[in-house]
Amino acid sequence: MKMIMSTETFVYVTYIATTPEKVWRASIYGELTRQYWGHVNVSDWKPGADWKLVADGGKQTVHVVGKVVECVPNKRYVVTWADPSDATVSSKHSRLAVDIEIVDDMTRVCVTHDQLTQEMQKEITNG
Amino acid sequence: MDRADKVFKALADPSRRKLIDRLHAKNGQTLGELCKGLDMARQSVTQHLGLLEDANLISVQWQGREKLHYFNPVPIYEIYERWIRKFEQERLDALHKFKTNLE
Repeated sequence: MKMIMSTETFVYVTYIATTPEKVWRASIYGELTRQYWGHVNVSDWKPGADWKLVADGGKQTVHVVGKVVECVPNKRYVVTWADPSDATVSSKHSRLAVDIEIVDDMTRVCVTHDQLTQEMQKEITNG
Repeated sequence: MDRADKVFKALADPSRRKLIDRLHAKNGQTLGELCKGLDMARQSVTQHLGLLEDANLISVQWQGREKLHYFNPVPIYEIYERWIRKFEQERLDALHKFKTNLE
């Protein structure tokens, strides 16, 4: 049996004509995440705290759960990422990091999703 | 140069498209890995990667001393959003499948 599973990483970068503060608020504050992402990010954003991604609809379905790993206002946040059914299985958590910085007159947002096993990747792609 | 210009310029070269294909097949490669099996001087690969990075088609992460290259599909998605999505996606998809099956 293979003990070390190979994992996948995605690094997506986009430049947005806005400020890091606005990107931050639109990612962290519940009501604003609803407006900007179409879903709601729920957490108190203290390291170690729970966070969840809740669909913005009648059913309020929880799509993703995890823990806050790091949170540096206007700069970077890191959370673990799992299916709600795997909430307590840490080996089934991947990691999502968002880095925000100013480049020229734009805000560069880098989303890194790593520690994804191939199985998890399939679930995300299909889900 | 405008951001969109950079993307089109970067894509307008078969070697650079090949590098993107290779990252698409296996993401997060070093320069050395990318050079393997390519009929291209290391220096040319470095230049191509630089252009792709500048066009935001490649994102880079450092792991210790290793520079890992990742395909960043965001600019291509923006092209899609601007010129393709407003047309009929399903028909385009059907036509594309038809073409692929014939080829």
